[in-house]
Amino acid sequence: MATDNRPLSPHLQVYRWQITSVLSILHRITGVGLAVGAIVFAYWLNAAGYGADAFARAQAVLGTWVGVVLLVGWTFALFYHLLNGIRHLFWDAGMGFELSQVRASGWTVVVGAAVLTAITWAVVWNTAGGAG
Amino acid sequence: MSLQTDLARVRGLGSAKEGTGHWWAQRLTAVALVPLGIWFVFAAVSLAGADLGEFRAWLTVPYNLILMVLLTGVLFHHMQLGMQVVFEDYIHSERSKTVVLILNRFIAVILGVSCIIALLRVAFGG
Repeated sequence: MATDNRPLSPHLQVYRWQITSVLSILHRITGVGLAVGAIVFAYWLNAAGYGADAFARAQAVLGTWVGVVLLVGWTFALFYHLLNGIRHLFWDAGMGFELSQVRASGWTVVVGAAVLTAITWAVVWNTAGGAG
Repeated sequence: MSLQTDLARVRGLGSAKEGTGHWWAQRLTAVALVPLGIWFVFAAVSLAGADLGEFRAWLTVPYNLILMVLLTGVLFHHMQLGMQVVFEDYIHSERSKTVVLILNRFIAVILGVSCIIALLRVAFGG
């Protein structure tokens, strides 16, 4: 099929960034990031199934500073994808389509994900005494 | 026997009538993952730094094991559905797309099944 040389419509970079489009692509980016996190989740559980040493190693790897940085990222990705997913489900039900509502729900999702991430890690550091 | 051609017979019937199947499965798994995901955050926080003995003790609480198995199954199904859409959007060669979509399914099933077996081994095994 000779489809390679067709003229293209203007690409993403000619458009002004808007909260609606940024949050839309962020839903996909966090989804792909969480798929990578799911592989680490599978490693963690399979290490537990393998034995005490393997599980201790997995816990230690996740407790290094690189591991903790990644886990904080996955925590934010999880909360963002979860809250924005609920926003999508409301749209699927036909609710919240006014532009003012879309902007308000979008900012709610961003602030909510940041606050929930901060609370989660505050709890981790207070209960585990700094161990990730 | 009808004298209609195959094309005439299927015109207007839509595709295989499964066009909403993927969409609906994605929403169903999303709805299920809202409570399961929130619960898992609490679970993961309580398991930070745990050794295998503590993890096993936590998993022998029946509802913890049930929720972990449910979470794992739904999570990898939702992951497979979401990644499928991403691959369909960005891979334009039919051959590569088919190969990647097959691998996507295989990997999701392997990860999900291995996790569930690992959970059962920890909970019931020695």
